Amino acid sequence: MGINQGLGQGAGRYTPGDTAGKTPEELKQEQEKRAERVQKDLRAGPSAPKPGDDYTPVTYDPQYILMVNRLKKYFPIKGGMISHTVGHVKAVDGVTFNLKRGTTMGLVGESGCGKTTTGRTILRLSGEKTGGQVLFNGKEVYDFSAKEMRALRTQMQIIFQDPFSSLSPRLPVGEIIGEAVREHNLVSKEEFNDYIDQVMDNCGLQSFHKERYPHEFSGGQRQRICIARALALNPEFVVCDEPVSALDVSIQAQIINLLQELQEKYKLTYLFISHDLSVVEHISDTVGVMYLGNLVEYGDTVDIFKNPLHPYTKALFSAIPIPDPTAKMNRIVLEGSIPSPANPPAGCKFHTRCANCMEKCKHEAPEQKEIEPGHFVVCHLYDK
Amino acid sequence: MAKKKPEGYLSAKESRRISRENRRITGEFEKQRKRKNVPESEYLTQMKDPNNAVEFDNLHTYFYTDVGTVKAVDGVSYEVPIGKTVGVVGESGCGKSVTSLSLMQLLQRPQGQIVEGAIRLNLGDKAYDITKAPNTVMQNLRGNYISMIFQEPMTSLNPVFRIGDQLNEVIALHDGEGKSKEDVKRRTIELLELVGIANSEGVYRMYPHELSGGMRQRVMIAMALACNPRIIIADEPTTALDVTIQAQVLDLLRHLKDKINSSIMFITHDLGVIAEMADYVVVMYAGRIVEKGTAEEIFAHPAHPYTIGLMASKPVVGKQVEKLYSIPGKVPNPVNMPNYCYFKDRCEMQCEACAGAYPHEISLSETHKVSCYRYYEKNGKGGEA
Repeated sequence: MGINQGLGQGAGRYTPGDTAGKTPEELKQEQEKRAERVQKDLRAGPSAPKPGDDYTPVTYDPQYILMVNRLKKYFPIKGGMISHTVGHVKAVDGVTFNLKRGTTMGLVGESGCGKTTTGRTILRLSGEKTGGQVLFNGKEVYDFSAKEMRALRTQMQIIFQDPFSSLSPRLPVGEIIGEAVREHNLVSKEEFNDYIDQVMDNCGLQSFHKERYPHEFSGGQRQRICIARALALNPEFVVCDEPVSALDVSIQAQIINLLQELQEKYKLTYLFISHDLSVVEHISDTVGVMYLGNLVEYGDTVDIFKNPLHPYTKALFSAIPIPDPTAKMNRIVLEGSIPSPANPPAGCKFHTRCANCMEKCKHEAPEQKEIEPGHFVVCHLYDK
Repeated sequence: MAKKKPEGYLSAKESRRISRENRRITGEFEKQRKRKNVPESEYLTQMKDPNNAVEFDNLHTYFYTDVGTVKAVDGVSYEVPIGKTVGVVGESGCGKSVTSLSLMQLLQRPQGQIVEGAIRLNLGDKAYDITKAPNTVMQNLRGNYISMIFQEPMTSLNPVFRIGDQLNEVIALHDGEGKSKEDVKRRTIELLELVGIANSEGVYRMYPHELSGGMRQRVMIAMALACNPRIIIADEPTTALDVTIQAQVLDLLRHLKDKINSSIMFITHDLGVIAEMADYVVVMYAGRIVEKGTAEEIFAHPAHPYTIGLMASKPVVGKQVEKLYSIPGKVPNPVNMPNYCYFKDRCEMQCEACAGAYPHEISLSETHKVSCYRYYEKNGKGGEA
């Protein structure tokens, strides 16, 4: 006994202290019980809601390639001498949306609002989720074994933000694009070269670029390499994490056009993360607006831009500079900056900066409501 | 058989020759600059128009690199009127920032040198030619008359000093005569409040890493405004910021400009921001001005194919287009510029005359000027080149 006393609770944990003073039969029974408990845990899987979870599982609807239900991702804050967890950064805190096949969803918001973490959590790139569901083609992404996950990676890809740091400087471009293709055995050895040529051609690169290294390319071309790398695996779903933010205006247009062409050609589904609202309006079919880990508004692009409902969306849209000097703007300037996600305000997270803040907003977190068909908003203003 | 050399290949001999030549040229410039006790008459000059704060006149800034001379700014002339905002637009590498650095005399020396032309700065009762002013005089002008807000608030503040100390230093250095430490601190707090920092006493004691991007940019603005400069150069001040924070910073700049009656040179590649801020717009391409005019003229009637292309390639909220226009090709190699119009190879509106020398500046109206052959005939100046 002694220091191990408190540790005997977990299933399958080796607890030498407990063996003292027990008969072999008792020990055997205990072992069996433990094994049963472990089995039960495995069978149930993480997708089944545990008592502490606050979501109702969604059922698969085949028109959606991706269904995200109350997804949460908290990052622990380590502190103190033995670096125990002293708190959590709630980067993604209950995001819900469905993404139709062959469409593009834009995800907008200020920096630090959890856009990128949402994208990465959906792809299972940032460790385990904290809660919620991610159904890709009806299957929970976080239930796959490592081996199955590897196979799934060919279907879900990501294009990273910064084309200058996301390419290995030591590999020639042909190898950067072809590495994953070879690893997954997608094409035979004889066809390999032709296949890479074709992928590069689709993305506007020449085949003689294969021998070159990333530093020999300009920003726009590097972004093309990143796109080629993602598309070489023939994915169904691509997360584009600010693919044009680091580029010049004229290059931006080239890359956006390329993404749209490829979408038509291969029926791709995009999750397009960006803070440039005009780009998002141009490329997306649906838009989600994020604030401090929450999706505050979600709906068709036309609906959202014509008729923004949430006060944050309104403020965000009024801040877009319009290239017309004669245009008069009624700008809603938000006071202050985004609160810390480690210690978000109680109630509605936006109430500290909201112009229409009511007493209710300070205590009670609003629920997602469907105002028009397909147009969701999370705000007390629209309580019936 | 000779192996085919890649484009831009230099033999070791050639490379040595270039660096020797560069050292000779830059050495002469440096010698000129390092003289002591330069008489004021040498850099005293007359403004063309006393209502201008700064006049750039045929400015040439070259960089003498080991692969050849890069003409970063190649004959740029424009004016910044007092109390107005001039927006400078263009792709990266077109010479926007080098123009402003020439004005500040902060070019990377000895490679970067102002080779030709004048920058006239209006000091009120007299005018100086910046290109000829020695270092000691520049030290006085920087901060007091011209100041700069840099592009990245993350990297332009010193991480090991407190915000207050960094601001105090500026004030003590430029404006500190007869001021006690308490006076300087009072002024710093006043500046922090001016740029809309609510917790000014707290921020005074903070380090840069404790502030968000928008707050840091406010501190940078406070630093630039410390001595009530006549000209503020804002070099992409909002590029690294979010739209909502960008709106705050732009609002702030607009109000402060009126408060201390200074001019702003606003450098950015975001046409939306330019439309909102600028009275006059200058469009640069490959080191030269292709078009300039008032904001209304440029946005309502863009004349140069590059300006038109630039505007068409930016998606605009509330305007649905099937496919974005993208300017074909890329910027020519800065070491080896063509001898015809620099934009010709990417231009979709070119005509026969475009094969000739670089086009002159054509006046479309009193303020609207464009360098393009397409407008030669309309002005009855055809065949001039």
